[in-house]
Amino acid sequence: MEHMPSALPDGEPVPADGALPASALAGATDRPLGFYLHVPYCATRCGYCDFNTYTATELRGSGGVLASRDNYAGTLVDEVRLARKVLGDDPREVRTVFVGGGTPTLLAADDLVRMLGAVREEFGLAADAEVTTEANPESVDPAYLAALRAGGFNRISFGMQSARQHVLRVLDRTHTPGRPERCVAEARAAGFEHVNLDLIYGTPGESDDDWRASLDAAIGAGPDHVSAYALIVEEGTQLARRIRRGEVPMTDDDVHADRYLIAEEMLSAAGFDWYEVSNWATSEAGRCLHNELYWRGADWWGAGPGAHSHVGGVRWWNVKHPGAYAAALAEGRSPGAGRELLSEEDRRVERILLELRLSEGVPLSLLRAEGLAAAGRALADGLLAEGPYDEGRAALTLRGRLLADAVVRDLVD
Amino acid sequence: MPAIPSHVPEPSRTDPALIRNFCIIAHIDHGKSTLADRMLQLTGVVEQRQMRAQYLDRMDIERERGITIKSQAVRLPWAPTHDKGNTHILNMIDTPGHVDFTYEVSRSLAACEGTILLVDAAQGIEAQTLANLYLAMENDLTIIPVLNKIDLPAAQPEKFAEELANLVGCDPDDVLKVSAKTGMGVEALLDRVVAEVPAPVGVKDAPARAMIFDSVYDSYRGVVTYVRVIDGQLNKRERIRMMSTGATHELLEIGTNSPEMLSADGLGVGEVGYLITGVKDVRQSKVGDTVTSQHKGAEEALGGYKDPKPMVFSGLYPLDGSDYPELREALDKLQLNDAALVYEPETSAALGFGFRVGFLGLLHLDVIRERLEREFGLDLIATAPNVVYRVLMEDGTEHTVTNPSEFPEGKISEVYEPVVRATILAPSEFIGSIMELCQTRRGVLLGMDYLSEDRVEIRYTLPLAEIVFDFFDQLKSKTRGYASLDYEPTGEQTSSLVKVDILLHGDKVDAFSAITHKDAAYAYGVRLVAKLRELIPRQAFEVPIQAAIGSRVIARETIRAIRKDVLAKCYGGDISRKRKLLEKQKEGKKRMKMVGSVEVPQEAFIAVLSSDESAGSGKAKK
Repeated sequence: MEHMPSALPDGEPVPADGALPASALAGATDRPLGFYLHVPYCATRCGYCDFNTYTATELRGSGGVLASRDNYAGTLVDEVRLARKVLGDDPREVRTVFVGGGTPTLLAADDLVRMLGAVREEFGLAADAEVTTEANPESVDPAYLAALRAGGFNRISFGMQSARQHVLRVLDRTHTPGRPERCVAEARAAGFEHVNLDLIYGTPGESDDDWRASLDAAIGAGPDHVSAYALIVEEGTQLARRIRRGEVPMTDDDVHADRYLIAEEMLSAAGFDWYEVSNWATSEAGRCLHNELYWRGADWWGAGPGAHSHVGGVRWWNVKHPGAYAAALAEGRSPGAGRELLSEEDRRVERILLELRLSEGVPLSLLRAEGLAAAGRALADGLLAEGPYDEGRAALTLRGRLLADAVVRDLVD
Repeated sequence: MPAIPSHVPEPSRTDPALIRNFCIIAHIDHGKSTLADRMLQLTGVVEQRQMRAQYLDRMDIERERGITIKSQAVRLPWAPTHDKGNTHILNMIDTPGHVDFTYEVSRSLAACEGTILLVDAAQGIEAQTLANLYLAMENDLTIIPVLNKIDLPAAQPEKFAEELANLVGCDPDDVLKVSAKTGMGVEALLDRVVAEVPAPVGVKDAPARAMIFDSVYDSYRGVVTYVRVIDGQLNKRERIRMMSTGATHELLEIGTNSPEMLSADGLGVGEVGYLITGVKDVRQSKVGDTVTSQHKGAEEALGGYKDPKPMVFSGLYPLDGSDYPELREALDKLQLNDAALVYEPETSAALGFGFRVGFLGLLHLDVIRERLEREFGLDLIATAPNVVYRVLMEDGTEHTVTNPSEFPEGKISEVYEPVVRATILAPSEFIGSIMELCQTRRGVLLGMDYLSEDRVEIRYTLPLAEIVFDFFDQLKSKTRGYASLDYEPTGEQTSSLVKVDILLHGDKVDAFSAITHKDAAYAYGVRLVAKLRELIPRQAFEVPIQAAIGSRVIARETIRAIRKDVLAKCYGGDISRKRKLLEKQKEGKKRMKMVGSVEVPQEAFIAVLSSDESAGSGKAKK
């Protein structure tokens, strides 16, 4: 699930031409480069969702620029071309492309292929590039999948969430149980090498058995990757209001912990290994390389309204509204709304914060004296694993994964 | 229009026969300051255009809370209406209006021959006023009963005149009726002061003896000492001696207040004024002490001097440990002006470095805490107030305990706690609930009298510990705000008292230790332990919270270990948000106090110790 939250951080302004400081591109060839392409449209808004997505098919920006689902791909291509200008003579080919939303598959398959084509045209795709799109189980069919595959997509991620009707109803998901599992088979038939199913646990009203049933169904469908996220109730969502009104119960943190342990148990029994706190894959090749770019501080360009980018210690984010986004590009301006230049310390803290979530963990050499002492305590408390520790890495144990944020708070000292 | 009298006698040359020294006894809000304002205007010492409300109350807190903490004296010339040629000197001595300052009140009263008993005509007399009235009667002061605010629609002058007449022993018709607000009846009152208050009597040729009734620190002039001359005369530029300490000082200035300070040649028998000696600390110029001349001074001091004795203690800790030096400095400054304020450094394992501070009573504590926070900008945690215990051990040793965490371990033979005689005035319909409250606070009924048909005076002996916390709030809420309370220390009693400790993950938290009656210990333990369970967030490990008497656990709760502390949701590429969330969590962590290995939010300390939550001094809430 590749969504961005709707609230943007504070930061300094992005120059009109989107130019990056020279420091951002220094040593760039040592880092992989990825592209995230955001599609900010959904057929309906789900009650738990606080992502930057819109259900209207047409949105008007300043100066009368029309941002519609139909011309969206063209607008996004404009940003890919801007990216080429900003990155200048950066020789890197693109290692990963990830199309997320919203609901990318609300667009015609041709649109998604066109967007990918722009990346290929401007930057070139590495021979083994991972090219993923998210997909809604109800908005794809074999023909659509075949068109994507033919257009260069080789990985697909379906939003399954749950196998139980009553859970899907609380989430406002409209697909029928069983449909995501059939999607996996259809995607395999269409030639997709890698297929992911997204699951959500801890939905109000979900029981342990409901969750087991969802995991069973997901495993049975034969994907090579499963993401399982705890349902976080964000302020301002319909679900938050329903909980506040007492219409549905709030899920206890201990229940989340139990569900996580169930997921770990069932997925590992089925041959999946965790490689990031919320992600499991059947093999090294099944891991989502694009996702790993995020956790490893690599470079990626996020195109689309509200998308976030990172290149060499500069993080920036685009304006949220599709209308404002389209208007900026129509005027030849960068759609960047703000950015921050990370200090050395920021980058150190981020590495600990992000890399600790991966099964490989974070090198102990990144820690200062206080952080090292904390790591020693975390090891003694069974939060860090002994093997990696002896090899100079802080890597989480199963219990540590559930308390990862607490471990991070101590390790960054 | 103020009548400016002619031929006003000057200080040091005033015939005692023309002097009237009086004070005003009144409850908060009954209009004392407004009456003083009218007197200042009528006697012409403050011109109309300079007049501001509550002229004599100098501190913001006093003006805001409508109470007078430090007293003053003002010299008012007044030519009686029927004897215009004969200008008298009226010294109005302002008295502190609160029970905590009874000793200071008693010294102010000792400087007077008469008092105005000022009572709100809509409310009747209150317990503190009654207590001060009794004090005035013991000092043989002439009482002039006055009902104020008779212009109010709710005024019941007949009813309350009857009440005052019964208390003072006069005819209801003798009760003056005034409105300090409009000035109605105030001239007649001044005439009554001249007519009824006796002139001071002293020996003119004897060695000088003057009683200090107030001592105020002024940042420009040092300590300003207010005195009433009993015998002899004090002259400018002579050397004086404080009789309690023997310390001598040069008299830099002597004078009177009208109401601003006005220097004079001296002060003679019966006169009231101020002295400035250059001392910088009010403890060198103590209320109740006798001032005499260094040469040929008096041999014997005036009676009645007492060292102020703190009755209530509380630990004051800066919320931010780095403010400790500022707290020390602020206390040093406040002490310059407050001889009753005592403190010494204290270290709490839970709260860090702070001070154990002794107060005369609860208002004193409140006022000091508020001044520290307001005038010095300090954020403080104050531990639950406690009293002083005397603990006799079986081996014959004795301990004085001002901090519950220092309550001795081992074989205790007796524990003594201070007791007070409490007087409660209230409408008679509340007798039942007042008695119920006093019983639950281990009170012993001393007696009850009807002041009028529907107002009653109830007297109890109560342990001071039972009233230092929320007794007054409870009393107010059980009587819809109608009851008033006064108390005076009457000694000590032995009681079955125990120390209840609170243990977090096996570690004693000194700030939460309390001394309670053994019958109340269980309820205290259960309540505090339950409250802490709510306030302390889950930790990486299970945290037992126990209440214990010695090694015996009387209550226990457990904070379950936190099992999930990870944001499992993916925020896409918005790493900035994740980092900022981490920074925010780190900030939150800084606000935690480490108690052993347990992180306790400061809010938990404040919530448990704050006075609106009855957590201290062990009372069982029913």
